[in-house]
Amino acid sequence: MTIPDTPPVLELRDVRKTFGSVVALDSGSLALSPGSIHALVGENGAGKSTLVKVIAGVHRRDSGSVTLAGSEVDFGSTADAKDAGIAVIYQEPTLFPDLTVAENVFMGRHPVRAGGAIDRHVMNEQTSALFERLGVSIDPSRQALGLSIADQQILEIAKAISLDARVLVMDEPTAALSGIEVKRLFTIARALRDEGRGIIFISHRFDEIFDLCDTVTVMRDGAYISTHNIDDVTPAEIVTRMVGRDVDTLFPKTEGTQPGDVVLSVENLGSPGTFSGITFTVREREIVGLAGLVGAGRSEIARAIFGIDDYASGVVRIDGNMLAKGNPRKAIAAGIGLVPEDRRQQGLIVDMSVARNMTLVIRRSLAKWGLMSSRSEYDRAHDGAAKLRVKAGSLESDAGTMSGGNQQKVVLAKWLATNPRLLIVDEPTRGIDVGTKAEVHRLLDELAQEGMAILMISSELPEVLGMSDRVLVVREGRLTAEFSRDEATSEAVMTAATRTEEAA
Amino acid sequence: MTRTLEATTTAPAAPSVGTRLRTLLFGRSAAIIALLVIVWIIASVSVDNFNTPNTLYFLILDVFPVLLIALPMTFVIITGEIDLSVASMVGLSSVTIGALFQAGVPVPAAVAAALVVGIVGGAVNGFLVTALGLPSLAVTIGSLALYRGIAVGILGTTAVTGFPDVFTDLVKERLFGRGTAIPTVLIVFIVLAIIAIVILHFTGTGRSTYAIGLNKEASAFSGINAGRLKFWFFVATGTVSALAGVFWTLRYDSARGDNAMGLELVVVAAVLVGGVSIFGGRGSLVGVIAGVLVIGALRSALRLADVSSDVINVATGLLLVVSVIVPSIITAIQRLVQRRRAAAAAS
Amino acid sequence: MSATTSRLAALVKRRETSVALAVIVVIVIATLFNSNFAFGSDGFRNLLLTPSILVLLAIAQAVVVITRNIDLSVSAVLGLSAYATGRMFTDWPGAPTILVIVLGILLGTGLGVINGLLVSVAKVPALVITLGTLYIYRGIDIAWAGSTRINASDLPSDFTAIGTGSLFGIPWLTVIALIAFAVLAYYLGYARSGRDLYAIGSNPDAAELYGLPVARRVFGTFVISGTLSGIAGVMYAARYATVSATAGSGMELDSVAAAVIGGVAIFGGSGTVLGAALGAVLLSTINRALPTVGIQDFWQQAVVGALIIGAIVLDRVLYTRAQRALTKERQSSSSEREGARS
Repeated sequence: MTIPDTPPVLELRDVRKTFGSVVALDSGSLALSPGSIHALVGENGAGKSTLVKVIAGVHRRDSGSVTLAGSEVDFGSTADAKDAGIAVIYQEPTLFPDLTVAENVFMGRHPVRAGGAIDRHVMNEQTSALFERLGVSIDPSRQALGLSIADQQILEIAKAISLDARVLVMDEPTAALSGIEVKRLFTIARALRDEGRGIIFISHRFDEIFDLCDTVTVMRDGAYISTHNIDDVTPAEIVTRMVGRDVDTLFPKTEGTQPGDVVLSVENLGSPGTFSGITFTVREREIVGLAGLVGAGRSEIARAIFGIDDYASGVVRIDGNMLAKGNPRKAIAAGIGLVPEDRRQQGLIVDMSVARNMTLVIRRSLAKWGLMSSRSEYDRAHDGAAKLRVKAGSLESDAGTMSGGNQQKVVLAKWLATNPRLLIVDEPTRGIDVGTKAEVHRLLDELAQEGMAILMISSELPEVLGMSDRVLVVREGRLTAEFSRDEATSEAVMTAATRTEEAA
Repeated sequence: MTRTLEATTTAPAAPSVGTRLRTLLFGRSAAIIALLVIVWIIASVSVDNFNTPNTLYFLILDVFPVLLIALPMTFVIITGEIDLSVASMVGLSSVTIGALFQAGVPVPAAVAAALVVGIVGGAVNGFLVTALGLPSLAVTIGSLALYRGIAVGILGTTAVTGFPDVFTDLVKERLFGRGTAIPTVLIVFIVLAIIAIVILHFTGTGRSTYAIGLNKEASAFSGINAGRLKFWFFVATGTVSALAGVFWTLRYDSARGDNAMGLELVVVAAVLVGGVSIFGGRGSLVGVIAGVLVIGALRSALRLADVSSDVINVATGLLLVVSVIVPSIITAIQRLVQRRRAAAAAS
Repeated sequence: MSATTSRLAALVKRRETSVALAVIVVIVIATLFNSNFAFGSDGFRNLLLTPSILVLLAIAQAVVVITRNIDLSVSAVLGLSAYATGRMFTDWPGAPTILVIVLGILLGTGLGVINGLLVSVAKVPALVITLGTLYIYRGIDIAWAGSTRINASDLPSDFTAIGTGSLFGIPWLTVIALIAFAVLAYYLGYARSGRDLYAIGSNPDAAELYGLPVARRVFGTFVISGTLSGIAGVMYAARYATVSATAGSGMELDSVAAAVIGGVAIFGGSGTVLGAALGAVLLSTINRALPTVGIQDFWQQAVVGALIIGAIVLDRVLYTRAQRALTKERQSSSSEREGARS
């Protein structure tokens, strides 16, 4: 509706950004109108974050044009972008935890008295006024340390408003928010839109996009694909453009296998503030999907089972034997493998060679009389790499130099080397290319066929529905539903994952 | 099915001999060994009496405490921590021996007690760092003052001397008789160095050590108990420092509270010159040993050349600063070149 | 009323308050042993005079540590400027005292510039760089001085008067330390660029992302630290009038200790120069009180060590408790929300 009429406040054309030989953004284009909330969608790795970082002045583009309110800009630093009226709210808010809330809002631009002394009284009052406008009550003089993610985001928005930003970029702001917090955020976003600001909204949740945005731009493989008026498209159409193929790709799932003995049994697991009353089992030859929204507590359950985090109540059993809590080493010895959600931070040591990453967990069993050699590591890694068809220049090069898909294969290989009874995979295909994704799915199916028990956490509904023998749904730290493969439909799972209390 | 597809097409090839040779020749350890050779050659040519067995003998005795302590310190720094209390522990160990000897305790028992003090002192550091999660920099600045303070407090400015010749001669003994270069105590270092090298470079524990320093979170996800490992590394630095204290006391026949004052800086400098990253996760023991010897050779050569010990300190400091700046500069240049190339490719 | 009480409660909870109380306790105990400690002819004067030099180094250290860096070279800078100051008087008879003082301080500034450039431009951790420059500066000092020393007779009387004189009963050196402290406290508390230092130490990545001039600010803190150490060096020369090459050695650890005891977090982002200054006063006062209460002053360093470890353990305990309270608070608020919804 608004696209053709008003001239865009921010326009990017064929923006390109490379890092060494890696093309992070091939040709990014976007036209943001004032008074509009513009959704930017694409799969992980489609180049959205790089595009945002170019807008924010974190990266300098290699080529292409960026125009702000009609004039060409080239930000050398984030300060330049900020001065030009661009505010970015990152997925993980970037605050100064030791400073007060008010100082976080006014950092570098504190209100001062004559003579240049900071006026804390005025600063606190202005912050209170900003919060009032946003309809929240946060004490401006408290430390930012310990604020909830939602409040931290409100703080970032307050910062943006106080800057009088013309363009506001929100990078997955709702990922860690509860239902009420999302509503509050949307109210604020609409108010800002009505003031004539342009907002870029990045999200993976289509219900939110269709609720909030008026325009949507789709990206794929680092390139601009298309822009639509939100009323003219359906979620299915957007998804098709995002993935570049039909949504209902067949998942390589072998149907009709009979699950065997119970491998993992979790009874009444609870950890105050994160999850409670979690009870379920996973059997041999079975893939159990753990569905739910990001932040519902799925990864936390996996971490607790594996022993990364402690838990307050409940029991975890592997093959009927109780597992000591808070001890990953014992969990590994009992036959659990965990492919964590954050590949670069948790799954891999990016500055270590591929070979060493692959053999890190089995380092002890690899040793002969306690001694190990690079040769034995290398041979073992070579086998793993061959099995999973890892594409790497050399097993000696750092894991961080590989593509996301290959990194994920290395993490999988690292755990398969331990011959686990139970493999927990957390977002196994996040941010990897379509081809590798299919390979990972095939691999999971094969492993299950060979007798492994698999617990799969995924935010991608098609993946959950396509791969799971059973689907468990987690909402706000509780198991809210269990579906067999036949019962599990996207509607049923989504309802169980999002419905509010009154429906129960 | 798919996993049985021909492996050869995708699995990376084994690193060629050339690649291995290149890493071996141009790695950090190689650079520091080359530096050692250069320093040695220059010193032999330009400084009279440098290349004599006697000089080498004294050089080894002089750097011996640093050589010893650098071994466990390498482990500590690779895990991303630091232990600044080592020199104070040398002093405390020395005072323990002195005070007990003065009280009539036989030397072997006093030495054993000093080693126990080392274990306890290291365990205290380790406990504060791993169990309470305190920053090791702050903790060991505290224990630096505490251990030195206890040492000085016990003996004041007095020195205990007159240890039996059996023991003082033992640490000065030459392995191959009069006039030869190798002191017998070097065997102690060689044994410890072999143990350390095997652990760091050829065991799972060594792999874990690097993993912790590079990424603590990912290592926890791989079943590595960082706390326990670090605790034992601190115990090791304490124990080995106490051992160095034993050597110091007997070599100079003097137990004093201020023995080895400031030695922690030489040890840290040597480890960093040897190519260990202060951020953790990188470095090798061969490099560290070469680093200690470079500093030792430099000091010994300058001393023989009648340069005052103070200028020697300047040289040590410069070596440290240069050795950490050069890699920084190289990375900066590489990045610049890369950017140029990228820009050229884009245009 | 509640505002006043909460402000009072906050004041009581502050580290500065407890360190100040500790200073008073030490003074009271020492005075009970020997009334000359605080009331004697020299007692009160020494009470003020003794800490002044360490106060300068401690606040210098605090400024650097707040940005998550460290300056181990402060003691060597002090030593070098102290010796240079004395040497200028001996080698350049008739030199205007004020000029010599300024040059002595500027030498400190220059040494700080070198540290700052190495840390902020070469991007090498400050711990390593200043460990190196600690050696280098001290080595230059010793090489220059050799075994010679500057004696009181070498120094003009108007210079040594600074070390002995006083203003309204307050020693000049104390006045200088107080002025330096006040300027720095104002800068860190009320100047925008001063607040940047806290932001940088609190979250360096965020500071970079936010567009704060991180490298420039860090460079600046080393210049401040060098300058303050230079002032401390000149003061050292004026006070003791004899300067050898080892002047101030070991004080780098005392300065870190004072800052940590005063509540400056070793990993940056929090703490005040007031705390660091009080920490320095506490250390110096304990040092002077030990012999008075009958403990050999050999034990002084052990006390310092125990205080440092005690201070960081205390910090951790308080932090853990605060975190637990926050988690509980958030849980109760989230359960309220649940309740409201159902």
